[in-house]
Amino acid sequence: MSNRFFKKIVAETNEYERTPIPDSSLKGSKSFLGMYAGEHTAGTEFVIGPLFVAHGVSAGDLVFGLLIGNFLAVLSWGLITAPIATSKRLTLYYQLERIAGKNVVRWYNLVNALMFCFLAGSMIAVSATAVGIPFDLEMPTLTDWLPRTPGWILTVLLMGAVITLVAIQGYSQVSKFANIMSPWMILIFFAAAIVGLAQLGVNSADSLISVAQEVIWNGVPLPGMSRFSIWHIIFFAWFCNMAMHIGMSDLTILRYAKSWKYGFTSFAGVYLGHFVAWIASGILYAVFLQANATSQEFAPGAIAYQTLGIAGAICVVIAGWTTANPTIYRAGLALQGIFPKVQTWKITAIVGGITSIAACFPALVMKLLDFVALYGLLLMPMGAVIFADFYFSKKMGFQAEGALSSGSNFSLPALLSWVLTLGFCLGLNLMYGVEIFFLGLPGWFVAVAIFVILSKLKYPTKPSLAL
Amino acid sequence: MKNLAKVFSLLGLLLTIVPPVLFFMGSMEMGTMKIAMGIGMVAWIASAPFWINKPAGSDQG
Repeated sequence: MSNRFFKKIVAETNEYERTPIPDSSLKGSKSFLGMYAGEHTAGTEFVIGPLFVAHGVSAGDLVFGLLIGNFLAVLSWGLITAPIATSKRLTLYYQLERIAGKNVVRWYNLVNALMFCFLAGSMIAVSATAVGIPFDLEMPTLTDWLPRTPGWILTVLLMGAVITLVAIQGYSQVSKFANIMSPWMILIFFAAAIVGLAQLGVNSADSLISVAQEVIWNGVPLPGMSRFSIWHIIFFAWFCNMAMHIGMSDLTILRYAKSWKYGFTSFAGVYLGHFVAWIASGILYAVFLQANATSQEFAPGAIAYQTLGIAGAICVVIAGWTTANPTIYRAGLALQGIFPKVQTWKITAIVGGITSIAACFPALVMKLLDFVALYGLLLMPMGAVIFADFYFSKKMGFQAEGALSSGSNFSLPALLSWVLTLGFCLGLNLMYGVEIFFLGLPGWFVAVAIFVILSKLKYPTKPSLAL
Repeated sequence: MKNLAKVFSLLGLLLTIVPPVLFFMGSMEMGTMKIAMGIGMVAWIASAPFWINKPAGSDQG
């Protein structure tokens, strides 16, 4: 049930694209539990956990940071996204079109598609670190931005070609395969933690704490890496899916929910994928570092293979592939919104080409934390616009869904909220050195404020004749 | 057929998680554990498609 539901949503069939979901098509909470649990245990988890270790976070900061940050993420889904989704029951794109106009949505689609391409590219690179093992491929290191060898480029391009061909064939088979593999992959993460801890000499609760604090997350960053505090962990865990919750991408999914409370089912995804899996992959990397103390190599496939054997390496390939494939498909859909007359397979082929070229650059993997934060930040202002339009239009005296109500394809308040918010965030970063992980929160308030002020000027509510 | 597949799938999951626990307890060598996990993976991949994603009434065998 949950698989068909997931497939229907992600494949963006023609059902209810421009109409609210009827009551007969609403789904129960189990569908959302399964979908969130599967979607957030993905290829990215094999990179993020190790990068926390490389950034020298301490054990206490990691555990408490993840508990708090993931809790805030669940609250964001439950209290911000789901109430709007179940009230309007429209896709993100259509809701945004009614507020911002078709012309602004086109730019949103373009940014979205590019971000999807880079995300898929990083996942192809992660898979390549496992595929390259039998060929003794030289793996990238933490400080690499450019490909090291022609062999890496060849491997990545071949993988990109295969993944693109599969994406051209359609989405459903890969979606089915991803759903089939999800329970096994979750267990592999648990297995990784158990085996890794044994290899690090843990045999009691006391030794678990000491190994966690002194060996795995010892608070010392690797050479060339900045040090992460509990604030980095809280904000990263909260905002790594910023595009989905406060950025409102999950309006498209949660519009099927019978109750707004189903937004809280996201806890299944974040506490499995963004707690257990990140901790497990961090343990795997610590085992690798113990055996290769001076190594700067950063290859999730090789790391998993060392501890879990062929099952670990295959898990990395599958996790990377099943994340990359739907991401390429989604990028294609976003681009098709801009070029509706171009055939789907051509769009997917172009997206696959961009993705494959991007995957050649290990920087996408090594800087995945920054990239994920950037991805959410770029899309977040439009989520703030939807929030402000929904909650403040009546209270603050401006017309809701400005583009629709004015019969326009372009809303200046929405566009300026997006551009000026990103300018504000860039200013905070350049002038005050605020790191990208912390820009989302002030940016969200700025986007809401700009949209409300400009909407009051551009789309004021007409004075009532009765008064 | 579907029930048989479910048994193999369960076996696959057990072979994925039990050997690591045995390794942690010192009751299994790492090489054996890796082989068992590999077999578990094959069992899961070979059997799960026969029942996951299948509508409840689609079992023909």
